[in-house]
Amino acid sequence: MSPFESLSLLAVTEWARVFLLRDYNTRIVLCGTVLLGIAGGVIGALMLLRKRALVADVASHAALPGIGAAYLLMESYRPDSGRWVPGLLLGATISAALGLLFAQGMGRIRRIKEDAALAITLSLFFGVGIALLTWIQALPTGHAAGLSEFLFGKAAALLARDITSIAVAGGIAVGVVVLLRKEFCLLCFDSEYALASGWPVHGLDVLLTALVIMMTVVGMQSVGLLLIVALMVLPPTAARFWTDRFEPLLWLSGTIGGASAAGGVILSALVPKFAAGAVIVLSGSLLFALSFLFGTRRGVWWRYRGTAATQRQIALDDLLRACYEILEPYLHSPDALTEHPIAQSELLQKGRWSLARLQPLLRLAERSDLLRRDFQDRWRLTATGRRAAIQAARNHRLWELYLIHYADIPLVGADRSADAFEHSLRPEILEQLETMLETQSPRLTVPSNPHAPHDPKLSATATEVRP
Amino acid sequence: MNGPWSDWGLIDTWIVITAALAAMACALPGTFLLLRRESLMGDALSHATLPGIVLAFLALHALEDAGWLSASGFAAWRHPALFVGAAITGVLCGVLTEKLQRWGRMEPSAALGVVYTSFFALGLLLVRTSADQAHIDPGCVLYGNLEMVITDTIGRTGIPRAVAVNAAMLAINAVLLIVFYKELQLCTFDRDLARSLGIPADRIHLALIAITGATVVAAFDSVGSILVIAMLVAPPATAILLSDRLQSVLIGAVVVAAVTALGGHLAALAVPAVIEGVFRTTTTSSVSTAGMMAVVSGTLFLAAWCFSPRHGLLRQWYDRAHLRQRILSEDVLGVLYRLEELRPDVTPGADRASLAATLSVAPWRLWRALSRLTKRGWIEPGGQGVMLTDVGRTIARGLVRSHRLWESYLAKHFIVPDQRLHQLAEAAEHFVGPQVQQALAEELEQPLHDPHGSKIPPADHNTR
Amino acid sequence: MHFMNNASPPLNVHDLTVAYQRQPVLWNVDYAAPAARLVAIVGPNGAGKSTLIKALLELIPRATGEVQFFGQSYAESRQRVAYVPQRTTVDWDFPVTAHDVVTMGLYGRLGWFRPVTRAARLEALEALERVGLADFARRQISQLSGGQQQRVFLARALVQRADLYLMDEPFAGVDAATERTIIGLLQALRSEGKTALVVHHDLQTVQEYFDDVLLLNMRVIAAGPVATVFNAENLKRTYGGKLALLDQVGHQMVLAGRTQ
Repeated sequence: MSPFESLSLLAVTEWARVFLLRDYNTRIVLCGTVLLGIAGGVIGALMLLRKRALVADVASHAALPGIGAAYLLMESYRPDSGRWVPGLLLGATISAALGLLFAQGMGRIRRIKEDAALAITLSLFFGVGIALLTWIQALPTGHAAGLSEFLFGKAAALLARDITSIAVAGGIAVGVVVLLRKEFCLLCFDSEYALASGWPVHGLDVLLTALVIMMTVVGMQSVGLLLIVALMVLPPTAARFWTDRFEPLLWLSGTIGGASAAGGVILSALVPKFAAGAVIVLSGSLLFALSFLFGTRRGVWWRYRGTAATQRQIALDDLLRACYEILEPYLHSPDALTEHPIAQSELLQKGRWSLARLQPLLRLAERSDLLRRDFQDRWRLTATGRRAAIQAARNHRLWELYLIHYADIPLVGADRSADAFEHSLRPEILEQLETMLETQSPRLTVPSNPHAPHDPKLSATATEVRP
Repeated sequence: MNGPWSDWGLIDTWIVITAALAAMACALPGTFLLLRRESLMGDALSHATLPGIVLAFLALHALEDAGWLSASGFAAWRHPALFVGAAITGVLCGVLTEKLQRWGRMEPSAALGVVYTSFFALGLLLVRTSADQAHIDPGCVLYGNLEMVITDTIGRTGIPRAVAVNAAMLAINAVLLIVFYKELQLCTFDRDLARSLGIPADRIHLALIAITGATVVAAFDSVGSILVIAMLVAPPATAILLSDRLQSVLIGAVVVAAVTALGGHLAALAVPAVIEGVFRTTTTSSVSTAGMMAVVSGTLFLAAWCFSPRHGLLRQWYDRAHLRQRILSEDVLGVLYRLEELRPDVTPGADRASLAATLSVAPWRLWRALSRLTKRGWIEPGGQGVMLTDVGRTIARGLVRSHRLWESYLAKHFIVPDQRLHQLAEAAEHFVGPQVQQALAEELEQPLHDPHGSKIPPADHNTR
Repeated sequence: MHFMNNASPPLNVHDLTVAYQRQPVLWNVDYAAPAARLVAIVGPNGAGKSTLIKALLELIPRATGEVQFFGQSYAESRQRVAYVPQRTTVDWDFPVTAHDVVTMGLYGRLGWFRPVTRAARLEALEALERVGLADFARRQISQLSGGQQQRVFLARALVQRADLYLMDEPFAGVDAATERTIIGLLQALRSEGKTALVVHHDLQTVQEYFDDVLLLNMRVIAAGPVATVFNAENLKRTYGGKLALLDQVGHQMVLAGRTQ
């Protein structure tokens, strides 16, 4: 076997080992990290909706001094016990809670706004933490190297007992959310109404903050405190592009969190050089990017496709309306609209397009069977084009009238994908507008309603409809 | 003296100078971020520039390893390369955040959170991966290593390169601030007005973010990418608690920043001794100066919060206590006056016990008020206990006038039961100054009696 | 101090004073609302109308005063009082549909930890029908027009089956059709014996829509049936501008931390 073949064989078996989860370590790590991802996603969704997305960042940074202090206390009490994880986690929790209380207290000073309070708390506590950490790291006892695991995480090296704490915390968090899902929904949506209805808004907020602190502290072991906030911010923002409802958002956010955790763990198992925590976050970023682009509810791809088509339609309508206006003086003769030629220079005189923009537009109109070329730069409307031009001019003038006379009445049925302009106005208003146009503004003649059933694609577009 | 600072050397001086220059450079844009409620933007920027910085480092190292760059060339190109790398990612971060907001209809803080955490993860990934090659120390990146950075000096001058870089950054920031002071001030205070006056508020905003990013990168060496947040936020926040005008706030922020640097290093040297004492271990290690700078900056902020002469907590407590005393003193005068009015034939004055009972106040508080009044010559011992002096009577008359005018005013505009009128006026009379009194009298057209029928004392032309 | 009338009025306010963000906003409000009537709360901007509603519901703290609903405290009578807040207080991008929002009105009745039952959702749907939005039940709320959003909030209050409705500017920025729907609903409620206190800004329609009026400008100017109270002189006093001296002195007092 050539070296190349043996190498590829090695790679394949390695991949198989990882993917089939034959590796005990990978199983453990996967289990714990996915649980973390799910719980983090759910809690993060609530925090996002409660408009406190970055609180997790402050909590995680504020936890650092607690870890350092807990280590020192335990070491001085009983040497070599400094790294007892439950003690460190307890220290982290207390410190994080103190930090958030501190930030809240500072927010009461009138001159210091909420963002500054959070930033000061974050930097102050983190500074203390760093000071402690650097000092501990230089101690001769030297076990402190493990403390930096809290900063950067040891996702790839999680042990079974670490998983227990993650599983318990995650289970409690998700369980509380399941029990209190309607209460949290109300809290996030309309806390004033909740207060008036007798719900303990402050208590619920404290509970939510406690859950965040719990997930932050527990999650630090996996991806580290610098990145734990990402596990709570990326999944819900990604999930938002797929759904417009509250409970689906929560559970989808959890799913995406779990999926990005799984992806990250697998990937970092395959390429051990990569720090697992960062890879997990980056898989989350990837899922976010995919959701942003292709999410069925608000994905950019779908909206862009709609928009491009819309823009084309608007451009064509403008062109047709210009044609109509040019031909208007000749309307007394029956077939003027299709027979009379339109010169390109006349269109240019309208001042709406430069030559560079006009020519492709004319070609587009030709392809859409709206115009046909007479000579080099003379054009005529086709039969289809004639109908479309009438429709375009009519819509535009009705819209102008509406703005002038009825602008204080909002559009009914704000269905944003309305195609035809007329459907967005109530029938009686439409009739009034038409009568008004005919009687009061003879200068502004409205083309008669084309009797052919109009092709929705040729009518006025959504942007003319939106006020 | 054999304390922790007895070994102060040239290195320490350079450390303090570098840190001070970095902190002062940060304080200037940080003040505007604070005023615009964008402090967390500084946090985001420092996180987001990480991948660019690391990539620049790695590129330089690759060049050095490949032999295209000498060691001295590396040192010379280091800072520009860092800037370029950080600039690229910083701009990318800003652009992406804006696009996410606009195209994804996301909230600004959510968009920011997504972008900067992703960038930071990428940066951390790069750092950890290349840490094996011992090129970049993750801790150093996060919280700097002033002690090491000082050793990199420019040529033969012995001046650390970091000093030059940070001094240049400070100079640039200061010049830009002076030149564009008016525009910055207006855009921060009232963006719409600025726009309507033709000032390009959006571009100024972008420029502010760009300068902040550059400053963050310049300070990167000294304090690392995380603690720079402390320098951006805490000194300006401290200064804001101490003064009311933008110019003073800016100057104050710079001063506080310098003090922070000095204090931070002093503390970094002193803290190990303290920890040893508390935890009974022995060591000769030191603590990160950057970390202690963050601690000192927070401490200064807390100190300002408590002791600020105008807005501090202590000042508030003092003001409140002072007010309580004043009100009590005035109540005493009022009671004495009304007694005289009610029973003009009886011996004037009242004894302490009955005063305390009437005013429902603790005897020691009353005693303090009485001694204060006596010292000012408004009451004197006599009559039934204490009684008004002539001066005191004038003042009391003014108070009663305020009280009764206020009752008339309330009765005119409100539907208030009579008993309540008195209660309300009792509270309000201490806040009716001479001008308000005059305005009241004018509005009510110089009334002679209050709603209860009591006579309203005439105005006195030398009121308190 | 307790009042126990035989037929306790839906709302009884005694000597309510509120200071809000360092400014006194309401002074010594005394008011008793009559049952089964539609009451308009009218006054200029900054008169404290929204503040009054919020203070009654204990959403902002009171400096002094006693408030009783049907002879009891707010905590005891919460089920009988429904609140329709101003539309602008809510984030319209929140992932809920119109149906979801109306269902929230039933959460109180469902209680802690219980899931939302089918019956509850049906009830919510019925309330949506009453306001004419049954077809829009599954729309996310940002896809509704201003008038429709207002009606959703109204439906949320209706579903509580309360006896007293407190509404903050329900007619602000809605179209004529929605306005007619809302007033029709209010009149139906009145015929069922319910009471509604409505903060209203359009003086033209007060006489047409409402039975009683409460004229407010930081203090009660006048209160009672529209026919007698809603006249030019009272309106002049209501809209005649702020009491400058009251403002000044009040500001000093609040700054010093005393509002009595």
